[in-house]
Amino acid sequence: MIAVIDYDAGNIRSVMNALVRLGAEYVLTSDPELIRAADRVILPGVGEARSAMENLRLRGLDRVIPELECPVLGICIGMQLLCRRSDEGNVECLGVFDSDVRALEPDRAAGVKVPHVGWNRLGDMKGPLFRGLEDGTYVYFVHSFAADICGDTIAKCLNGREFSAALSKRNFYGVQFHPEKSGAAGERIIANFLGI
Amino acid sequence: MVAKRIIPCLDVKDGMTVKGVHFEQLATIGDPVLLGERYAAEGADELVYLDISATNEGRSTFTGIVRRIAERINIPFTVGGGISSVDDAARLLDAGADKISLNTAIVNAPSLIDRIASKYGSQFVVAAIDAKIIDGVWRVVTHGGKRLTDKELFSWAKEVRSRGAGEILFTSMDNDGTRRGYPCRTMAALSEMLDIPVIASGGAGSVQDVIDVLTEGKADAALIASLFHYGEISVRELKEKLKQAGIEVALNYAENIPER
Repeated sequence: MIAVIDYDAGNIRSVMNALVRLGAEYVLTSDPELIRAADRVILPGVGEARSAMENLRLRGLDRVIPELECPVLGICIGMQLLCRRSDEGNVECLGVFDSDVRALEPDRAAGVKVPHVGWNRLGDMKGPLFRGLEDGTYVYFVHSFAADICGDTIAKCLNGREFSAALSKRNFYGVQFHPEKSGAAGERIIANFLGI
Repeated sequence: MVAKRIIPCLDVKDGMTVKGVHFEQLATIGDPVLLGERYAAEGADELVYLDISATNEGRSTFTGIVRRIAERINIPFTVGGGISSVDDAARLLDAGADKISLNTAIVNAPSLIDRIASKYGSQFVVAAIDAKIIDGVWRVVTHGGKRLTDKELFSWAKEVRSRGAGEILFTSMDNDGTRRGYPCRTMAALSEMLDIPVIASGGAGSVQDVIDVLTEGKADAALIASLFHYGEISVRELKEKLKQAGIEVALNYAENIPER
């Protein structure tokens, strides 16, 4: 069973719709017991890091998530929460990935806009999450903060500066983009995660 | 760098897709969910659905359509039309919309942007601005261009951005539905002034018009209706032509992704 973590993080329906399209069964829950018992866990969400961390803490999930042993996938803010800390609200996060989250900077002269909205290319893609996909695959991003490149980076992207489009460490995976909104490529990435 | 986006726009009235010329004289096109799926399969980067129903029945039909779109379509979509409260926004978010487009309601009550953006994030809020030139000045208009407001385009664009809009959708009512192209100089000035993405809407009559607005006009995306609805060019053909013109576009097609 896949547990999709319910922590009041906005627009998680799209993740559930994508799982249904892939024929996967899931439960939407904030119950630590169900989450520990799951064989895949997805931490989705759109929102602001400080309040999202607070929502995890209120449910005791800030202690549960880093100790999970099954494959875990953080999406967008979910990935950022798995990092050490975020400048968005200046908040300590779960500390799984050795990366810090900082604001992207707009650059009018270079045409760099923030939020980074739209389809951008993945580079230096590594690992099972990207099986079957080539470097340069476009995926859909919507974010204003991004994780620095680090030893856990498994895909890079460029918007003004280079940042971690995906991270992985042990059983933990994180993607800054929205695979559930990235067409066929995104569905392949979710299916790859389910097959790890 | 982020690719330029091509966004088919579908106007929905009482559950059916229509396209207006100058927002009037509506001609029925078809089922909005099926049409959206077709565009997504052809390589559309996003979709925009505008509810132009005038009745409560039409509105509730639209919410059902939004739910079906969210279930079936695997690219982002924005919904707009008649959203005038945080509750309307919440209902559409809950149905699965990725973004909402706000137009007349924010002209009447600008703080609606602040309230929705602070609750659901700027990425959820697209501020749609319709404008036309009156005595040499770009004035903001509402009600499909029928009502003139006291707002000027550039100052209003700055205001909606500072209130928390994540993107701006700009339609020139002098060009919309005319197929004479976009007002590229105005578009470029708007895009250079703002640090958030600007989507150009209304006026594309040819591939060259789209090329112009994405290069000279410096738009981050183009919203397109007629060119696609009448089958003159497919999304895919347009994107291939943009690529040939040296514009970065995302060309991932389902058939290029290997079977699992």
